[in-house]
Amino acid sequence: MTETTSSAGNDDVFEYLLRLGDDRLVLGHRLSEWCGHGPILEEDIALANISLDLIGQATLYLGLAGETEGKGRDADSLAYFREGVEFRNLQLVELPKGDFAFTIARQFLFDVFSLHHLEQLQRSANKELAGIASKGYKEVRYHIRHSSEWLQRLGDGTTESHNRAQKALDELWRFTGEMFAGDDVDKQLGAAGVAPDLDEIQTKWRAMVSDVIQRATLSIPSDTFMMAGGRSGRHTEHLGHMLSEMQIVARSHPGAAW
Amino acid sequence: MVTDSSRKTAAARESLLDLLSSIKDPELPVVNIVELGIVRDIVVDGASVQVDVTPTYSGCPAMQVIEQDIVQALEADGFTNVKVRYVFSPPWTTDWLSERTKTKLREFGIAPPMSVEGAGANDLVTLRRMRKTIPCPYCGSANTEEKSEFGSTACKAIHYCNSCHQPFDYFKDF
Repeated sequence: MTETTSSAGNDDVFEYLLRLGDDRLVLGHRLSEWCGHGPILEEDIALANISLDLIGQATLYLGLAGETEGKGRDADSLAYFREGVEFRNLQLVELPKGDFAFTIARQFLFDVFSLHHLEQLQRSANKELAGIASKGYKEVRYHIRHSSEWLQRLGDGTTESHNRAQKALDELWRFTGEMFAGDDVDKQLGAAGVAPDLDEIQTKWRAMVSDVIQRATLSIPSDTFMMAGGRSGRHTEHLGHMLSEMQIVARSHPGAAW
Repeated sequence: MVTDSSRKTAAARESLLDLLSSIKDPELPVVNIVELGIVRDIVVDGASVQVDVTPTYSGCPAMQVIEQDIVQALEADGFTNVKVRYVFSPPWTTDWLSERTKTKLREFGIAPPMSVEGAGANDLVTLRRMRKTIPCPYCGSANTEEKSEFGSTACKAIHYCNSCHQPFDYFKDF
């Protein structure tokens, strides 16, 4: 059923779909950890809702990844039966949820990336990928309003909220470089018209992030050292703990359906 | 030229559309799935049928229930091989809801979606978003405010009417 309308190799497309799916699966799981712990009821609901969107998007990307791979793996088997080293998500999304300011700042940095990435991915030569991206793009428009408005409230709020938001940005900044560090997969798929140009997305990301951070009376961290490795399976120590929790039910009851 | 068999197929499709109209959205029981605009095509081949559906939100749990309901309804109608296929392009939009459907939502106490047209991409970049006035579905007042863009389901936002003091759901423009 998968129609790949480009000459891009299936392995590259599979790899790329894993990246898209894993970012959203892992971040969605982190956000779901707020369920029942949100600072106010509306936030509890909002974070659970956004989490649901992200996990829904992950299901679509991983489902398509499984079809592309053609080895009979579906979204569930890719989500629950891969080890940490096989995950292709950004390290940014696997960091523990932290306090509310950390969650909002992380969400905002990822949302801006996701918005611009999906905006372009809608025009991918891989038509199925483009269709899924169009749906996700519309959802991310809601997510980014939520995270950008909250970042401004926190930054321009009390001394406590301002300091926590700034601390979050300072801790997260070194994990943002990875979003734009393209490799051979990006190059191959870029040439085939399947994947967008990361440099262009970085320019747009930087402009939007700077604008909101400034409005929030916060500062862009001066840190220039950037972490790397998530895309090739090198992760922080946090991913393994998260996966063991996320995968335990499926692994304890292989073949169970729910 | 319309052949006999394609005329039959068209008639079959029409009656199947009626059948599918009996399936309600589990989260919006006043709206059926045809009115929701998610049924895109029906392909009948003997005892086999394929229904093309465009999902609303990626993570909407109602989609799984809807898929089961479609299979159940068509099997009860005598089909032995029922397939639901998801079509992602073009993406679903609340603009596909008819005026009649919007009226039904309003009468149910849910403010229907405003037009997606004119939402514009720049409102996100500048963050000087002009918030649309969402009229209260109960009293019609424009004196309402958004409490949360994320409500009881992915498709709804929580609003509050300052005139009649009722909280209400807004079916988000999407």
